[in-house]
Amino acid sequence: MNTTKRAGTALLSLALAGTLAACGSGGGQAQDDAAGGNVTIDYWLWDDNQQASYQACADAFHTANPNITVKITQTAWDQYWQNLTTQLAAGQAPDVWTDHVSYYPQFVSSGQILDIQPYVTRDKVDLTQYQDGLPDLWVKDGKRFGLPKDWDTEALVYNSAMLADQGIKPDEMANLTWNPADGGTLQQVIAKLTVDEKGHNGLDPAFDKNHVKVYGFLPEWADGSQGQNGWGDLAVANGWTYLDKNPWGTHYKYDDPKLAETIDWFKQLIDKGYAPKFDKQSTLGRDAVMTAGKGAMTFAGSWTINTYLGPDAKQKFALAPVPVGPAGTRTTAINGLSDAIFAGTPHKEEAWKWVKFLGSADCQNIVAGNAVVFPAIKTASGKAAAAHQAKGRDVHAYLDPTKTPGGTFLLPITDHGNEVSQIVQDAIQSVILGQAGAADALKKANDQVNALFT
Amino acid sequence: MKTMRAEERSQVAEPSDTGAPGRERARPRDDRRAAWLFLIPALTGFVVFFGYPTVRGFWYSLTDYNLLSAPAFVGGDNYAQLVRDPQFWHSLAVTVYYVVLNIGSQMLLALVLAALMHRLTRSVMLRAMLLLPWLVPNVTVGLIWIWLLDADLGFVNHLLKALDLGTVGFFVSPDWAMPTIAMVNTWAYTGYTALLLYAGMLQIPGHLYESAALDGAGELRMFRSITLPMLRPVLALVLVVSLIGSFQIFDTVAVASKGSGAGSAIRVIYYFIYQQAFQYFHMGYASAAALALALVLGVLTVVQMRLLRASRSDLA
Repeated sequence: MNTTKRAGTALLSLALAGTLAACGSGGGQAQDDAAGGNVTIDYWLWDDNQQASYQACADAFHTANPNITVKITQTAWDQYWQNLTTQLAAGQAPDVWTDHVSYYPQFVSSGQILDIQPYVTRDKVDLTQYQDGLPDLWVKDGKRFGLPKDWDTEALVYNSAMLADQGIKPDEMANLTWNPADGGTLQQVIAKLTVDEKGHNGLDPAFDKNHVKVYGFLPEWADGSQGQNGWGDLAVANGWTYLDKNPWGTHYKYDDPKLAETIDWFKQLIDKGYAPKFDKQSTLGRDAVMTAGKGAMTFAGSWTINTYLGPDAKQKFALAPVPVGPAGTRTTAINGLSDAIFAGTPHKEEAWKWVKFLGSADCQNIVAGNAVVFPAIKTASGKAAAAHQAKGRDVHAYLDPTKTPGGTFLLPITDHGNEVSQIVQDAIQSVILGQAGAADALKKANDQVNALFT
Repeated sequence: MKTMRAEERSQVAEPSDTGAPGRERARPRDDRRAAWLFLIPALTGFVVFFGYPTVRGFWYSLTDYNLLSAPAFVGGDNYAQLVRDPQFWHSLAVTVYYVVLNIGSQMLLALVLAALMHRLTRSVMLRAMLLLPWLVPNVTVGLIWIWLLDADLGFVNHLLKALDLGTVGFFVSPDWAMPTIAMVNTWAYTGYTALLLYAGMLQIPGHLYESAALDGAGELRMFRSITLPMLRPVLALVLVVSLIGSFQIFDTVAVASKGSGAGSAIRVIYYFIYQQAFQYFHMGYASAAALALALVLGVLTVVQMRLLRASRSDLA
């Protein structure tokens, strides 16, 4: 080998080594200021609507702990998990991140989240201050992987003007019933709210289902394996349960006839012309269709309050509680977020201080005051409701279920969440498209899903 | 073609071993030194960003790597699973369907456009305008068309409704979604392809057309008997390059798959790999799928080289 070649090789390997070294350095993005003992905690969240609230928390936290600075990074939901996972893979994860029940099982099984139970015990954090059920979402095998920060529930959102046009009183909306056989009073209201181009509503014999101007109901079909925005809530009201146990169940029950009945009920809404056909519906989201005045009613999570009731809403909307199911109870999915600490952070104590602050009344009251989401601490939830009230928004439909025993149910937390989501969503979409029967498609999907756990 | 270049390089490099150092006028050696110097940046990039990841990817394809835990060797399990995975074969079939639709419409349209430009106008303005869609980033192209073609709120369906033609779920209907995506990408790339073909047409000697005209041939006849045969080498190149490009369709599909899109009807192979890697975190399995795709593209490349060699004699 001559010198030139050797030099080339050396240069190349240098370049390579340099690149690799650059990849391998670090571990936890927190930066130490060696001299002053100052620490920066990197904190990630996805909701731009909430960034201001948490910045206010971070400022308050810094005032109380001048040696700790919290740096907030917001990334949209679509990129959030991908970014987080690659950062974790590179050992460069943020010290603390906002966590979601669908994604956290895989971080737990790969040992990426710090068990905070020892800190919770040491600092005697009062877990009863949180909304019932939420703290348990983040526990596996006696280890705790987060403190609850907020929750969301579902309600029906409807176009007030369209309701008035059909002579339906808002009071009636508060006591809707539903069953999979005839749809109860919910279906009556949906039918009345559906109007064709000549002005006939869905109960009128002259109603033309092929020329519908406003659909009485907008279903959500990109709702994964949970149906949080519709079919899940109604199926549970119909007596269905998702799986053998929750959290951490290993056997799903998508083959239950109670779920198939529920999906069939949605299908007949479409067949009658009360809801848009799957292959003719907008892909821009139900809120866009509602805003365009082409849909009268839909399920909406409490995180959409500002979309429908905020100052920029183009139509007058109002909320109604989810309908009472065949079992005589009304129930809505409740879901909560938490804050996770990166197991590899060099600043465990500082990160815990921040997480404890995020889970405290001090921070959650700040969040409540901004009236964007409902904080996990019960008293703070009340403050959030009051803040909404002050802005003239009636959000009781979201809050009441959390005060009623059995008014809420927890969404499933299991491994393989994303794969289950795709399998079940595909199956349900095939039913709605008329490509397969509900019982068959769901049975097949259920087998596929449960095979993931063997 | 990459291998050929590597061979040439080593052939040039061999004699250098005899060269003595420090002689100003030893031109061959100086060339070699300069050649190496110029090659280093590209070679470094190639090794760091292509060679190394490929080797690493191959290793991952033999493991159960999930991005977060250390990879464990599983042998050929991923490949065995891939062969049995109906989703993988489905995504391949969907991709081929797209390629056929897209290449078919794109080549035909581009050819017509190029011929029109060649025979009717030399307007630079027109050429620039044709290139405009190609300048728009793919994701933006996808978003624009999703809005325009939305089944309920889109402008096009608004028009169809006004004409009482009924609406079409362009991106949401499983029957329409793939043709729609092919149409969108045809819109985006036809101008570019047309320009390539047009450049090829400019190479055709003008006197051929003159004598054909003297012999009383019409435009259609001239296109069939002069333009098409003379264009064959360029046509072959453009065809195969677009073919491979089409196989790599991802952005438009990713944008259209958000929300309640057409679901599995548009889940192409790249989307399958993306889902496995970054949504299900099966990095090992995704690597196996990626290598399988590389194999398919490799075969296509061999076909490309064959075609090019075959057409080279035409030019002479």
